[in-house]
Amino acid sequence: MAWVDTILQGLLLGGLYALFATGLSLIFGVMRIVNLAHGDLSILAAFLAVVAVEMLGCNPFLALILVAPLMAGLGYALQMLALNRLLGRGILPPILVTFGLSIIIQNALLETFSADSRRLNPGGIETASLSLGSSGLAIGWFPFITLGAAVLILVGLQFVIGRLSVGRAFRATSDDQETAELMGIDNRRLYGLAMAISLGIVAVAGVFLGIRTTFTFSSGPDRLLFAFEAVIIGGLGSLWGTLVGGAVLGIAQTVGAKLSPGWGILTGHLVFLAVLLLRPQGLFARRRRIA
Amino acid sequence: MTLLSVRSLSAFYGSFQALFDVSLEAGEGETVAVIGANGAGKTTVLRTIAGALPVPASAVHFDGTPVGGRPAHELVDRGIVLVPEGRRIFPSLSVEENLLVGAYRGRPGRWTLARVYELFPVLAERRRQPGTNLSGGEQQMLAIGRGLMANPRLLLVDEISLGLAPLVVQGLYRVLRTIAGEGTTTLVVDQNVSQILPLAQRVYCLRKGAVSLEGRPAELTRARIAAAYFGV
Repeated sequence: MAWVDTILQGLLLGGLYALFATGLSLIFGVMRIVNLAHGDLSILAAFLAVVAVEMLGCNPFLALILVAPLMAGLGYALQMLALNRLLGRGILPPILVTFGLSIIIQNALLETFSADSRRLNPGGIETASLSLGSSGLAIGWFPFITLGAAVLILVGLQFVIGRLSVGRAFRATSDDQETAELMGIDNRRLYGLAMAISLGIVAVAGVFLGIRTTFTFSSGPDRLLFAFEAVIIGGLGSLWGTLVGGAVLGIAQTVGAKLSPGWGILTGHLVFLAVLLLRPQGLFARRRRIA
Repeated sequence: MTLLSVRSLSAFYGSFQALFDVSLEAGEGETVAVIGANGAGKTTVLRTIAGALPVPASAVHFDGTPVGGRPAHELVDRGIVLVPEGRRIFPSLSVEENLLVGAYRGRPGRWTLARVYELFPVLAERRRQPGTNLSGGEQQMLAIGRGLMANPRLLLVDEISLGLAPLVVQGLYRVLRTIAGEGTTTLVVDQNVSQILPLAQRVYCLRKGAVSLEGRPAELTRARIAAAYFGV
C-alpha cells in the first residue's frame, strides 16, 4: 500500500511539472525556440503573487487572477519587443537572449526581494487531505487541485489549438512558417500570442509551486530543468505527452526518494536519461505537431 | 484598368541578384501567363508580388498603391494571394483546416467553404483527412482552394501543372477558366506553354531574371516564344 501511495503522490507531483512544461512545449512547438528564462519567469510570477498577497491581503489563488494576465501581457511585450527581432537568425540568438533574461530576472529578484526564501500561504488547504475510503490512502487536496488545474489547462489549450482559428494558425506556422505567412498569418503577432499563453500558464505553475514549497530568487533553473525533462519524456510537441512526461518524472522522483531520501531528483534524471537513450523522440512524439 | 503593375523590379537573395529590371502588368480581370525555363525567376516574381522578398515600395503597384515589400499579411488583406510552388499543404492540418487557414484574414468575398467544395467535390469527400494524404493533383486543388478562401482580387499560381498527369492538368485549367470567368485576375506560372497560352490575355517570358518577351499570345509566333524561352 505504501508503494501505491508513493506512485499516487508522484502522479500528483507530475501535475505541477506538467504545468511548467506546457508553456515551454507550446513555445517550442510554435516558434522552434527554447525559452531558457521559462523557470525564472515562473519564479517571477510567484514573487508577484507574494506582492499581491501582501498588498491586498488576498488568497494566493485569487492573486492568480491578477498575476496570470500580468505575466501574459509581459510575455506578449517580451516577444514583440525583444524576441521577434531575432527571427530568422538561427537558433543561437534566442538561446543567448533568454539566457541573459534568466540572469537579469534572478538578479532583479535578488535585489528586490533579498535572498530569503518565501512561501505562499493559501490558508490551510496545502496541508488538508482527502482520505480514499478504507484503503488507508490519503491524497493532499492541494496536489489534487494542482493536477486538476494542469488537466484543465491542457484541455483548454487543446481546444484552442485544435478548434480555434488561432490554433490552426499555430499549427500551420509550426508546419511551415513561410507558407503560413503567405496565407496572411502575421507570425510576429502570433508569436506574441503564443508567448502570452505560455507565460500565463507559467504564472499558474509558479504560484502553485510557491504554495507547495518554499522558493528563492534562484529557484528558476531547477524548474526549467524539470520542465525540459517532462517535455522530452512525453515527446516534443505532444500536449498530452507533456502531462504523461510530468507524471513519469514525478513518479520517478517520489519512488527514488522512497528508496533513499537523497535519491529523488537523481532517479528523475536517470529515468529521463533512460528515455533519451531508448526512445529519444519521447513516449508520445508526433512529428512536427503541437496538438 | 491596370490592377497590378511591377516596375523595374530587381530582387536579391542575399547578394545574389535573381531579377533584373523586370516590369509587367496585369489588367483587372485578365489572365496573365508567366513562362520561362527553370531558374528564370518566375517564382521570384510571384513571391515578390506576394510580399516574401524585401523590395522598394515603388517596385510593385497594386490597384494604384505602391505595395512593394509590404508584409504578406497586409497584401492578403488587399487581395493578393499566392498558391505556392510545390503546393505547400500544411501536413498537421486536415483538408478542411487547410482551406480555413486560407480564410484566416477573413477578407469578405464570394468564396466560402461550400463554394470551394462545389468547385472541387473531391476535397469535400476527403475533408477530414490530413491534407498531405491527397494525391498530387488533389493537393494542387487544395492549394488553389486554400488561395480562393482568401477571396483574392489577384491570384498568383506558381507552377500549376508541375509533376501532374495531363488529365489532371486539364481539370485544373478548367478550374482556372472558372476562376477567371468570375472576374478574378490571375497570374499563372507554368512551363507547359501550350496549355497556358490559350487561356492568357497577356504573356511574359522570363530568361535569366529578365523579361525576354512580352505580348498578347495571338501576336506571338511559336518561333519567337521558343527563342525567348531558350535564348537561341
